[in-house]
Formats: sequence, C-alpha cells, structure tokens
Amino acid sequence: MTTADVLKRPTPGPSRDYRFPAFERLTLTNGVRVVVAPVSKLPIATVVAMIDAGAAADPQGQEGVALLTARALAEGTQRNDGAELAARFERLGTALDASADWDSATLRITVTSERLPAALGLLAEVIRVPSFPEREVERLRQERLAELLQQRAEPRGLADDMFGKFAYAPESRYALPDGGLESTVDTLSHDVVRAFYGARYSPTSTTVIVVGDVTVDRARQIVTDAFGSWAGGDVRQVTVSDQPATTARLVHVVGKADAPQSEIRVGHVGVPRLHPDYFSIVVMNAILGGLFSSRINLNLREAHAYTYGAFSSFDWRKAAGPFTVATAVRSDVTDAAVREILLEIDKLREGGVTDAELSLATSYLDGVFPIRFESTTAIATALASLVSYGLPDEYYDTYRSQVRSVTANRVLAAAGAYLRPDQLQIVAVGDPTIIRAPLEALGAGPVLTYDAEGRPTS
Amino acid sequence: MRLPIDTFRLPNGLFVTLSEDHTAPLVAVNLWYHVGSANERMGRTGFAHLFEHMLFQGSANVAANEHFELVQRAGGTLNGSTWLDRTNYFETVPSNQLALALWLEADRMGHLLPAMTQQKLDTQRDVVKNERRWSVDNQPYGTWWEKLPALAFPPDHPFHHSLIGSMEDLSEASLEDVAQFFATYYTPDNAVLSIAGDFEPGEARGLVEQYFGPIPRGTNRPPLVSMELPPTFGQSRRDVVLDAVMLPRLYLAFRSPVFGSDEYYAASVTGAILGMRRGSRLHRTLVRDRQIASDATAFTFDLPKGSDLLVVDVTARPGIDAEVLEREVASEIDTLHAGGVDSTEVERAVALIETDFISSMQAAGDRADKLSLFATYFGDPRLLNEQVDRYRSVTAQEVNAFARSRLGQDNRASLLYLPRDGDTEAADVANLAATGA
Repeated sequence: MTTADVLKRPTPGPSRDYRFPAFERLTLTNGVRVVVAPVSKLPIATVVAMIDAGAAADPQGQEGVALLTARALAEGTQRNDGAELAARFERLGTALDASADWDSATLRITVTSERLPAALGLLAEVIRVPSFPEREVERLRQERLAELLQQRAEPRGLADDMFGKFAYAPESRYALPDGGLESTVDTLSHDVVRAFYGARYSPTSTTVIVVGDVTVDRARQIVTDAFGSWAGGDVRQVTVSDQPATTARLVHVVGKADAPQSEIRVGHVGVPRLHPDYFSIVVMNAILGGLFSSRINLNLREAHAYTYGAFSSFDWRKAAGPFTVATAVRSDVTDAAVREILLEIDKLREGGVTDAELSLATSYLDGVFPIRFESTTAIATALASLVSYGLPDEYYDTYRSQVRSVTANRVLAAAGAYLRPDQLQIVAVGDPTIIRAPLEALGAGPVLTYDAEGRPTS
Repeated sequence: MRLPIDTFRLPNGLFVTLSEDHTAPLVAVNLWYHVGSANERMGRTGFAHLFEHMLFQGSANVAANEHFELVQRAGGTLNGSTWLDRTNYFETVPSNQLALALWLEADRMGHLLPAMTQQKLDTQRDVVKNERRWSVDNQPYGTWWEKLPALAFPPDHPFHHSLIGSMEDLSEASLEDVAQFFATYYTPDNAVLSIAGDFEPGEARGLVEQYFGPIPRGTNRPPLVSMELPPTFGQSRRDVVLDAVMLPRLYLAFRSPVFGSDEYYAASVTGAILGMRRGSRLHRTLVRDRQIASDATAFTFDLPKGSDLLVVDVTARPGIDAEVLEREVASEIDTLHAGGVDSTEVERAVALIETDFISSMQAAGDRADKLSLFATYFGDPRLLNEQVDRYRSVTAQEVNAFARSRLGQDNRASLLYLPRDGDTEAADVANLAATGA
C-alpha cells in the first residue's frame, strides 16, 4: 500500500434503485379514508389517524381549542377514564401521541405487530366516543397555560410566536400560535372542546394510515372493525387568511433583559404547499439556508462565528406559511448578523447560483430521499402529508426527478419571486440595551420595541 | 428480532462491527472514540467537545467544511456528538457512497493536524461559545446538565465538571492542546467503527483495511483515574438555583448501578415505572390526580463506569410552591422505596421499552451507533441482540431490591430551580437551601 492509494478520493459506484414504499388507498362505506403501506422489515407498525381538525379550524376567539381537543381525546371515553386508557395503551407497549398542527389533528401510535389490532381498537375508541370529562379538560387547559407561561422565558419559542404576530395580519389565524395565547386559552372549557369535536371529528374528515408489518387485507380488516360502524356527516371546509400584517420592512425588538444571546427571525409570508414552483423553491431554499453547507450558515457560523447555526425554511401549510431565516447570535453582533442575512437574500436574488451550489442542493435532496423514510413513523407522516395536501399518488415516485430537473434559472426566478426583501419582518428577541441602538443605526427599517408579551414599549 | 453482526480487528487495533440489511440502498458509518469530557485535564473543560468541532474543519486531503459538503453532495446526513465518556462521528449515505464516508473518516483519523490553524480554532471556539449560550445560558433550566453532575459526582471525579465547558477554559484552549489530544485519543486502538445497512461484507472489509490500515496505533494513552464510587451518596444532597424560569422544577438524582450490569436493567425499569409516559406513577399521581405538577419524567444517564444516575425531573404547576413539589415527589419516592411495585407495573414499563427499542432499530444510523456503544463499552456488539431479553427478564422482586437499596434518603441529590424574579422572597430561598443541608 502506498500513501497515494490512501489519499485518492473514492468515486461512487452505480447507485441502486429505491422506491418509496407501495401503498393502497381505500375508503370505508362511512367515508373514513384508509392508507396502508406494508413494510415488513421489523415486527412493528405505526398508525396515524389524521382528522381535518387542525388549528386552522379554531373559531375566532377560541384559538387553541384544536390542540386542546386533540390532547383531551384520551382523557376519558364512554367506556374508560383517562388513567385507564393510558394504562391500556401502555400495557400494549404503546403510548398515544395526540397533537394538532395547522391543518390537522394527528393521533399516532407505534406498536409491535401482534398488538396492532388491540391498539387500533383503543385508538378508535378515543376518536369515536370521547367523553371530555370537565375535570380532565380543565387540567389539560391548566397544563397548556403552564406551557404558555414557560414560553415567556424561552427565547426560541418566543421569537417564533412574535414573528408570526408581526408577519400576519391580525385577522389571520396564523398571527397567533397554533396552540393559542393565554387570553384565548382562558376562554376554553370542556363545552367549547365538545362543540369543536362535534363540528370537526367525523368519519368523512378522518384518514387512518397504517404502515408496517401488516398486509393490506389484514389492515383493511382491522381498520374496518375499529372504525367501520362510526357514523357522521360532512365537515365544513376551512379557509385561512394568509394576508401579511404590513408591506413595509420593519424591525421589531422584543425585550428580554440580560439575555446573553439574541434570537433572530427574518422573513415574511411565504407560499402555500400546493404550488407550481414548489420544487424550485425547495432547491432555492437549500442553497440559501436549508443545509449546513448553505450560504447563510457558512456566512454567519463558519466565516463570522456569530452563531452556533443559522438556517432558512419555508413552513408548508395549506395556505401560505412563513418563509423564515432563524438564528441565535451573541448580543453584540445582532445588527451585523441581520445585515449579513439581508445581504445573502439580496445576493441570491441578484446574482443567482453557481453550478456547484445547484448540484450540491439537488444531489443532496435527491440522494437523501431514501434516508428520510427508514422508519414506519416517517413513512406514515409522509403519507399523511400526501392526503392532507391532496398531492397525487405518484408524488413520492416522481419527487427525485422533479428535484433533479430544477435549473439555475428556475432557482433565480424563484428567488426573485418568493424572496421579497422590502417586505421582510426582522425580529430580534434580546437585551434591548445592547441591541436596539445598533439595529437603528443599521437602517434596515423603522425599529419598534416590545415587552416579552409583545406589547409596544417605545 | 436478531440483527446479523460480524466483527474483526485490524492489526492497528481498530475494532470493526458490520451489520447487513439490504432493505434500502443506504448505509451508515459510525465511529466511536473512547474519549469524552471525562478525559479532559484541569483548566480545559469543554475541550473534548471543542475538539469534535475541529474534526469538521478539514484534514490533509479535505478542506475546511468540505467534509459536510462532500457527504451532503453524496446525498448523506452526518454529524458528531460528545458525551462524558465518548465522542461519536456518523454518516448515513446512499450505499454506493460507502467508500467516501470511510475515506473521510480515515483521513481525519490519520491526517488531521496538517489542516489545523489558529484561525479555525478561534472560529470554532466562538461557535462553541455561542452553542453554550444557546443551549445552556439562554435556555430556562439550561444549566441543569452541568449542575446535576457537579452535585452528584465528587469534585475530583471525571464526570463532575461541565461537558460544554466554561467560557474561561474555552478561551484558553490552544493548537498545542489540539495536537496533543489528537495524538493521545484519536487513534485506531481507541476507536470502534460500525457499518450498518446495504453493503457487501468483503468489499467493506477491503475498504476499511485500505483506508484505516496504515494509521498507526497510539502510544502513551493515560489511564483514566478511578471512577469507582460507593453505591449511594451516603446522605441527601441539595442545591437551589435561581434562574430566569417561570415555574419551579426539581431534578432528583439517585446513584444507580452502571449501565450494562444486571442491576442496571432493574434501575432502568424503575425509571420507566416512575416517569415514562402518562401511565407512569409520577404522571398519574402528581400530574393527573393531585395536579401539583405540569410534567414529570425520569431517565438514566447510562454510564458504564463508576456510577450511573437515575434522574427524576418534575416541573410544578403554576401556583404550586417548590416546597410542596419537593415534598410530594419525595413522598412518591418513599412509597416506592418502602412498598415496591407489582408485576403489572413492570410489564407496562417493559412493553413500552421493548417497542421503543425495536422502533429505534429501524434506522441504520441508530443501529450503527448502538453497535459502537456495546463494542466500545463491553467489547461485544452482539450484546445489542440481548437487550430485549434482558429487559423481559426483569422481575418485580429485582425492581423492589433496587428501590430498597437505592431510593432511600441516603441516596438523593436534589437540584431545585426557582424563578429568579417571581414571588419567592430571598429569605424563603435561604430557608429552602438550609433545610436540605
């Protein structure tokens, strides 16, 4: 062996084909949609029940009820109380994860395959016949208020919430956190939860996704046994306003006294998930700030050492979720970090991308595709997105060729169309005595100041 | 569920484990170096972790940050992490890129120092200081993971000091430290390499021999000072921290049997009985029934030498005093200590642990990391295949023996966080602090 052999960089051999797991879709006679993907690598299965009952459906003034309802489902049914339900799930080796994001309520279990029928039966029980006991709903409401209280001292969540408030018009549901605010959670009760459940939970608004060590026939049988006799009518369609709060570029300083770091969010209202330029936007974002090797992280972390990490993202929702650059930096470089973020956005819009950058982004997104779907949970979540957004069945089969087809011109066009420097909302949560004056001197826009609850302080 | 596991050792001491799985065209490469913050010398806290950052700054044939770029360009994911007693580096890549991942790891194991510069060290030092601000200083309760080990391990014990390190010590780290640490600990005979996923064993072995074979064995690696500790603290310990938090939180730690020992599995099951999921004792009694806590969990550190820690972590509900929280948690522990558990509770805990374990074996990267763990700690990656059986064999009697011997008043270290700006008067804090001494 010579040294030269060691030094020579290896080149890849031929790649092996990969297909996203095959799945079948069916609809029960009562309207429950079912998706089954047999994956038999290990003796487990994941079930995701997705209901069209996300935060987007929260009635005005009752923001947070979707999340509270999802969490309260397992707190008691017509047959069992909450403690008994928890014990029954957990003796089967599974625990129910219940949550609501913007577009759906999601209940998820992962269980060994021989216990799947029993666990799915319990899952159906909490979805079909919850009793929402007053004491337990009130306890969960208090726990949610405790989370909100904690959030005031937690700069990352605080920055995210403040960004939503400054980016979206007050009448948009997206202006408030998906779990609601103290003032709206205060208005909730077990009656409000019951009413929300009655309006949103129905066979016609429910999809059950089964992924794992199970055949399609077997899965169809046990889902039919569990959900087949559930009756219910149609559920009203929800539309969310995604209007921006302003079209002016503004700088918002949210005071957190003595903070050793500033949490920065820079962005604006983005685009809805179903969008003809989706793949161009995904590749464009990967070049701007989606990866460790993206421009924003290499600039803020590796060139300037302002931060532990800096990334950009488009948050995909049915209506237009936000585009955001997020980072946490040493307080005394808050203005410099904002300046560099703005420069990177301008640079991408004006200068476009090199072939090397484009190929890094597309070969990463293409190559990493099989690695994203190693677990039953990841596959079930991907199938839930497919159903929730109404993507075509062949979406995952064509994903990689769609990514590879994005060109430098399409990236440039996407940057020009979907990054809007003059509409950016710049949010910094940090020590105002250190960061306010330099941000004013930066001249990125008028500087407004707030306390930790978002009240203007001037 | 049994994973196929093969092993071999290169003449330079590198221990290699292989586990084939051809269900998807991807492969994970995972390296454990048997060095962590426990190996740091006085005045250099945080160095093992800072050094981990330097391993992404290039090597003889790889430019700064090119490691990340090459793996991502290949369609892979990657990272590294530092723990008290080990540092790991890992990639999952499309299976036709196995050679690249191995070559990159070998280049930095064999030829790191030519790429090291003062500027890179200064940059990564500042990045790590920002990581400290982000994960510790500007995060509610963020200091717990340096304050709890400091409370639970004696000052001269290798697990006592901060893993992320102090700002002062990070400032002191030099290029000489980098060179010395590298020569001492980043050697093939102090490492385990695991490959899991879609590969051909003969080809993988050939690549490992080609890339790692020429790297020389290390010399003069100093032995760790003794880790041994008595099985209990011998008394209650207590620390009270005023922090920028809204609600009191209690971390209650118990010395417990080292990871991998027979007793460990009883301790781990006890932790699950106390704090795993909503059916656990602490959640049922403190969160659901009495409504004095907003959250309650329990976990073990999984340390294989000296002493492990079982930790209970309970956050108060708004309006509940820290004193009430402490008293009620202690009462639950007393009940378990004196009265033990029944077999239904053990079955619930073991069922949850088993599903989690099988679920965690789905990803090649997680399999490779666990293979490296058992190979590094015990010299035998095949122990991975015994874990489910070891949990299944735990009995209520074993849990009760653990609870009787380790959950008493003589083995509790209590770390209590109180809101700094809340209603708590300074005098109350002083009183709280005094009662624990």
